[in-house]
This record gives sequence, C-alpha cells and structure tokens, in this order.
Amino acid sequence: MSDNGNNILMRVEDLRLYFRTRNGVVQAVDGVDLDLGYNEAIVVLGESGCGKTSLAKAVLRLLPRNVDTYSGHVYLNGTDVMALDDRDFRRDVRWVKMSMVPQAAMNALNPVLRVGDQVAEPMTAHYLADKEEALAQARRMFQHVGVPVDFLHRYAFELSGGMRQRVALAMALVTMPNLVFLDEPTSALDVLTQANIFNVLKQIKNELEVSFILITHDIATSSELADRVAVMYAGHIVEVSHASLFFAEPLHPYSRMLMDSVPRLKVEQEPTFITGHPPSLLGPPSGCRFADRCPSRFEKCAEEPSVFEVKGHRVKCWLYG
Amino acid sequence: MSVDIRNREEEVENETLLDKGGYEKLSGALLSVRDLRVWFELKRFGFLHAGYVRAVDGVNFDLHRGEAIGIVGESGCGKTTLMKTILGLYRPTEGEVSFAGSEVDTFGSQALQSYRSSVGYVQQDPYGALPPFMNVQSILEEPMRIHGIKDELERDRRIRDVMSEVKMTPADDFLNKYPHMLSGGQQQRVVIARAMILEPRLIVADEPVSMLDASVRVEILRLLQKLQDSHDLAVIYITHDLSTVRYFSEYIFVMYAGKLIERARVHELLANPLHPYTHALLEATPDPDYQNALTQKEIPPGEPPSLVNPPSGCRFHPRCSRMIQGLCEVEIPPDFEPEPEHFAACWLHR
Repeated sequence: MSDNGNNILMRVEDLRLYFRTRNGVVQAVDGVDLDLGYNEAIVVLGESGCGKTSLAKAVLRLLPRNVDTYSGHVYLNGTDVMALDDRDFRRDVRWVKMSMVPQAAMNALNPVLRVGDQVAEPMTAHYLADKEEALAQARRMFQHVGVPVDFLHRYAFELSGGMRQRVALAMALVTMPNLVFLDEPTSALDVLTQANIFNVLKQIKNELEVSFILITHDIATSSELADRVAVMYAGHIVEVSHASLFFAEPLHPYSRMLMDSVPRLKVEQEPTFITGHPPSLLGPPSGCRFADRCPSRFEKCAEEPSVFEVKGHRVKCWLYG
Repeated sequence: MSVDIRNREEEVENETLLDKGGYEKLSGALLSVRDLRVWFELKRFGFLHAGYVRAVDGVNFDLHRGEAIGIVGESGCGKTTLMKTILGLYRPTEGEVSFAGSEVDTFGSQALQSYRSSVGYVQQDPYGALPPFMNVQSILEEPMRIHGIKDELERDRRIRDVMSEVKMTPADDFLNKYPHMLSGGQQQRVVIARAMILEPRLIVADEPVSMLDASVRVEILRLLQKLQDSHDLAVIYITHDLSTVRYFSEYIFVMYAGKLIERARVHELLANPLHPYTHALLEATPDPDYQNALTQKEIPPGEPPSLVNPPSGCRFHPRCSRMIQGLCEVEIPPDFEPEPEHFAACWLHR
C-alpha cells in the first residue's frame, strides 16, 4: 500500500523536534521517517517518554515555547507543509487537512459551551461557515460517531466518558480532514467502552475514508485499528511493518520484548518484562539507543544502526545488516 | 460519622484479637464480607432526601490467608467503594466486613489503628499517592512513626529489608530521592514498600498497574505475586483489565452495578464464562492480532445503569441479549452454582 508512490497521503522525512530545558536539550523526536497512505491507519507504539506525542505535535506544528530545533520535511499530498508560514499552515493545513484528538480530550471539553457548538466551531473558524451550516455538519458527524443528535444541545458534564470521547472525535472530524491523529484515545475508558470506540473508528475509516495515526502504548488494543505498526523508542522509529507481519513476528529486539510483555487473555503465555529504563533524551547514547537493554547486543551496536528492509519490515537494527 | 462512646469498652476485646498472634487462634476466613451494602444518601438543597446511590448492594465473599482474588468491573460498578469499605474508610449501610473474626465497623480508634497496620493499600496512581515533599526514607518511616515503632535502628532495618524486597537496591541510592526523581515503576515500588512496611496480612491493590507502561506492568505484578507468596499475604486486586488478572490471582470476582455477578477460579472463569456480562468483557478484551482490525466487535448496547435507580430484577437485563422475558426484569437472580465453585447470578443457569 505504502510502496505505491501515488497512494501516499503524508510522508515525513528526517523530522526533528528538540526542546530546550534547564538541563540541556531534549531530543524528543530525532530524525523520524514515516509515510502514510490514503485511508490507512498506522499505530505508533512506544513507552511513555519515547517521543510519540511530540511526533504528532511536530507534524501538526503545535509547539511549546521552548523549541530548540524543529526541522525536516512533512509532505502532505506532495506539498511540503513545513515550508508554509504559520498563518498559511493554520489556514490550510491544521484542522483542514489534518486534525488531532489529544490525550484526555474528553476531559478538556469546555464546560460552559454546548457540545454541539464546540463541535461546530472548527467549521466557522476554517470554512467561515454560518452557524446553521456548521451545526448541520456537526449533526452529521454526531451520526457518524454514534452520538444521538439531540446531544448537540447538552453540556459535557451531561455525557458519559464514552460519549465525550466520541464528541472529541467528532470535533476532529467535522472539517473532513484526510488525517486524524489519535493520542491514546481510549486509555481512560472501560473495556466495553473502549471496544465500542474502536468499532466507531473502524466504521469511520470505512465511511469517511480518513487516515489515522494512532498513538498508544497499549499493544493489544492497537491491533484493533492498525494497518501498519511503527515502534518508537527514545525518539527514533525502530521498526515499521504491516500489522499482519508485526503482530505475528516483530523483528526488532525491542518490538519483540514489547510483544512478549503483553498479558494474553486467550493464549497460555507467561509475559516477560524488559529490564532497565529507556535512556534519557538529554544526550542519548551515540550508538543504538536500545543497546543497554538488548539481549542480542554486539560490538556493532556502538554505532547508530541504519534502517534495513527485511521480509517487509523496515528495522533499525544491526542484526539485519 | 459519630462513634458511640459506650461501644468503646467492648472494643478492647476486639483489640486483643488483632494482636499478630491472634490470627493463628482463629480458623476460617481472614476477611469475610457478609451481605454488604454501602449506600450514599443523595440530598436535594442540602437537606431533603433524594434517594440513595447503591454503590455496593449485597456483596458476599470470604478471603483466606495466602489467597489472591481479583475484582473486575467497569468504572462506577462499586469496586472502589467496596475496597474503601474493607479498608474502613466508609461505613457499611448494612451487612458487615469482618477481619480475623471481628467486625471492622465496630473498631474504635486504637483497634482501627491496629487494623490499618495489618492491611496495606496500594494506590492506583503512584505519583499522586506519594507526598512530593517527602523523600523515600521519610515516606517509608512515616507509617512506622504513626504505629509506634520508636527504635531508630529497627526502623532502618525494616526500611532496608522492604527496599530489597521491592528490588530497589542499593537502598542508599533511593532513600534520599523525592518521588519526582523516580520513574513510574520505581514510584509504584515505593508505594508497595510503604504498604508492606508494617508487615500486613492483607494487601488491597487498586489498579496498581493501570498507570504504568506495558513493559513495567508485568514486573510490578510479578513483584506483588512474590510478596504474596513469601509473606503468605491475602491480596485483593481490583482492576478493569481482565488480561492482567489471570497472571495474578486464583479467583476472579466480576462486579456489575454494585453486585458480584460471577465468582470462579481464574482458569474456570476464562475458559467457561457463565454470565453474559462476563462473556462480553472477555469478548471486548483483545489479544494482539492483526485480524482484530478486520471485524467489528459485538458489544452489549448501552452503558452501566445508574446506581440511584438500578433496573429491576437482574441489573444487566436491559443490555443482555439472552434476557428471559418475564423473569430477568422481575426477579433478582440469586447465586447459582452450575459448576462446583463457580457461582453466577444469572437466570440462564437456574
């Protein structure tokens, strides 16, 4: 899917986002390459602090004030949106072509606005739609995400967690973007609600033909949506492969250990855990960043690994060199 | 809450039972919950009665020494209220919680203090549970000060023992650190160490791993398991995640809208879920498999009911696909035992 040049919605090349802190420069996103097809869902997996949320923010240019380095290319439908100035980016890209459901968005809805007005707001802001039109579009989105239409007039506190999450999703979809980032969309929800939200996401992916980048640390639920999987470790993407290949046989030692740490419900398999901690992103080790915790480390790992194509996976590991 | 002064004298007897040696004399359950109801009154304008929230509504179980149970349920099903009542933080509206043969609700301040030293509590959010202005040493010392362990050498010995038990060695590297300097996994170890430091007999763990990364979760669960084995602890593990329960406890209790609806040994329950709700929970919990993305899951419609006006009869009936007309919505199902030691409160198994 992603190999076909005409079918690429977004291509990220050598994206870097470093933050300045009192203790030095944090290399949160450090040379990430990633591409994404139309109507494709890619999952970015990784432990907390590996830079996966920063990756989303870097692509959407939602930057804090302490940015040290912000470089690379993001091609969206072939145009480099990194080259746009802030005004054009805001007008033509953010929330028009790509939007985001931030982490814990369901708890960040404005308590004094009706949810319908909140969902309609991006329409008035970006398409200068009048209120009627915007509300009609919000109503359509409510139907897509499975919220009863009369909830348009309710306030956030009158909705349950699952419904609020759907409203947050509707807000990201209302402008009909091509790409939606989902940052841990179900981490605060119950099992049944979570399964429900994933049902909705699958349905929306078919109906509206959007692409998703799902950011999560929950491997088991990520398989509910993934066409492809990207594993992130300490600011690098260490493996990208199709879901069918990844969930059957991950190649990078980190991906393997991550998969082995998942408690399984239906299969008899004792989970294991990864000893040690991810390296600090303040001056990370120069070679492979996983080397310290890796069981199959050898001399070569002192150098930074290149990316190798093996059996349909792209792996950043010397084992496959 | 008012404490009846006359009861105070009778409590002295309870206190003697709570001596550490007292357990050995008792046969039977360490913790026994009988027909427990915890209702919270709703008030209108601050004084008019407006009904009750029936957070826990008729729960029965026994827990023996060295046993681990997992209580599984969605948020709002009453599992935290149940836990807090067991810890003595809420008073039962009806029914009782007994620990080592004496009723927790009747404890006076001294008995309660001694009860709290025998029950450890592991919180959900380790960062929120640790005071940010205290270092690890003082966090671990505080319970001992409160419970009258005055000997400084003894305190130091215990801290070092417990630190090595939670695998934070060398202890000196950590004792002077403040919570924000530790990783999530280490913070949770400190919380566990604090729960263990008074050598409790029962540990109540409320979603101890839900805030941690996948790679650390298993490590913390293993640690709890090891502590349980080596100290012959009884453990109540509260969670919404079925997949972690199986590695930890011997029994699973499934809770829905204030009631335990199914109780069985872990393997029995996972292999043969009897209640439609348990079935749905198992169905909704994915294992990593790319085929998950290709199908829609069958999820019972709707949401858990309000506990102010729970549905009549079986509380799951409005969402249940196998509801029996004329029975499920009328009569509350009792616990049936279709298989030995496997209880389900569902009319399908009458």
